[in-house]
Amino acid sequence: MTDLPTPVAAGKKLGLVIDLDVCVGCHACATACKEWNSGGHSAPLPDFNPYGEDAWGVWFNRVHSFEEGDGEGARTVHFPRSCLHCEEPACVTVCPTGASYKRAEDGIVLVNADICIGCKLCSWACPYGAREFDEDAGVMKKCTLCIDRIYNDNLAEEERVPACVMVCPTSARHYGDLGDPNSAVSEMVAARGGKDLMPELGYRPVNKYLPPRRTPGESLAAIAARAPAPEPPPTGDNRLLRWVDRLLSR
Amino acid sequence: MNPAFSIVFFTTASGAGFGLLTLIGVAAPVGLVPQTPWFGFVALATATVLAAAGLLASFLHLGRPERAWRAFSQWRTSWLSREGALSVLTFVPSAIFAIGWLLLGRTGGLFGLCGILAAALAVGTLYCTGMIYRSLKPIQQWHNRWVVPNYLALGLMSGLLLLDLIVRFWAWPTGIPLITLVAIALAWLIKERYWRFIDTASAPSTVASATGLGRRGKVRMLEPPNTEENYLLKEMGFRIARKHRIRLRLVARVAGFAVPLLATLVALLATSALAAALAVLSAALGLVAERWLFFAEAKHTVMLYYGAETV
Repeated sequence: MTDLPTPVAAGKKLGLVIDLDVCVGCHACATACKEWNSGGHSAPLPDFNPYGEDAWGVWFNRVHSFEEGDGEGARTVHFPRSCLHCEEPACVTVCPTGASYKRAEDGIVLVNADICIGCKLCSWACPYGAREFDEDAGVMKKCTLCIDRIYNDNLAEEERVPACVMVCPTSARHYGDLGDPNSAVSEMVAARGGKDLMPELGYRPVNKYLPPRRTPGESLAAIAARAPAPEPPPTGDNRLLRWVDRLLSR
Repeated sequence: MNPAFSIVFFTTASGAGFGLLTLIGVAAPVGLVPQTPWFGFVALATATVLAAAGLLASFLHLGRPERAWRAFSQWRTSWLSREGALSVLTFVPSAIFAIGWLLLGRTGGLFGLCGILAAALAVGTLYCTGMIYRSLKPIQQWHNRWVVPNYLALGLMSGLLLLDLIVRFWAWPTGIPLITLVAIALAWLIKERYWRFIDTASAPSTVASATGLGRRGKVRMLEPPNTEENYLLKEMGFRIARKHRIRLRLVARVAGFAVPLLATLVALLATSALAAALAVLSAALGLVAERWLFFAEAKHTVMLYYGAETV
């Protein structure tokens, strides 16, 4: 049934915390996601016309880049976007077949590809663009939070995290239980003022985004002016000493 | 939003079919339309063919049409499921009603009750169609109070235009053309209010709320995630040029409302079936333009991640 599960007291809410201060926009998470899920629970993730002019395909994770502010206070923010595993997922309740569902035990939102009719209404109901249609199979696909990794006893314990989290070279992505206020991810959200995306729509996303850290109050020019002046080279005009200095500086 | 032909055809054809069924189901048992089985056959066949053709067209939109029967199961939460279930349920009392009227020549008693029940289910189907769109929060142009009245009024308006045409072949003197005139005016008014709403109201979501950014100032897209199209851009990124929008609204206004209004008036004054037929054909063209625009003008919040600053 596409009824939402009754929330369990102190129930698990597995999800991701994404640190926008740290993300460098390398797209490793998107690539690792594509690679793992091409053989995972919702496999395959088809590509259409992959070597042609209009190549396109199904991805569960896409990295956007934004600019925030103007002038010297501005910065570039790389923004990975994937399913937020909402607590009020309209993608589940609009589903006419029961193919879309939210797991009571950990809050993961999944699609049962065996009964999906491919009406696409769930993708209209998701404000975040988390769902993408597989035109080959005629069914909707989405992020599984790597359900086939996080519960996979065949993997070493440290590898039982979503592929995007494991591969991130800057540790911008964190996985954990956001239903437990004492978990590492919950503490990170509390300390850094983690944000919901589009909170005004009331979907109550589980995943949180940590905004870029504040820049100092003073201007960058003032900070640069405080930096110590470079020391003059100790070598003077002596050509031999300059040559030795160059040699030793290599 | 992408105006898929299958959904445009489905909502307009089924809207007219269920609208006509609503009217006959109520009007026949109380004697407001000709009681001859031949009239019943033409009216019910028109309604059924339109409703069924629309439902079949909607199957074309599905990725896995052979599984369509599963869509009846989630009526507790899904307006699409409710629409599917009600639309099929409607055919049960309307079949009994048709047997009574066409074979036994009776429109009263139990058969009349079935007619009224069919009408209730048909109008319920129209309501569910509106609610499918009304319930989608990411699309401001759909998530507003004008959408459900819009679907109900246009369904009943197209049903009345058809009924006004059909009763003319039985030279039936009733107030149907007058009611039709009122229905067209009302539907037009609701559509104008809808257009004014979507032209002036601003959506609650912005690129800042979509990204949680904005502490340093204005947020704007620097680079999209991919250089080519993707499903989201194909399905939700449909954009319509301003000049086309203005022209199509003109087509919807003239062909959908103004011409049917005048033609129905002529049909009333000159008792002309030709004018009533013109009203039906013109409304069909106008409503397809109206429904195409309903999709083309709708903007989804996912576009905030692809360069839109508001939706």
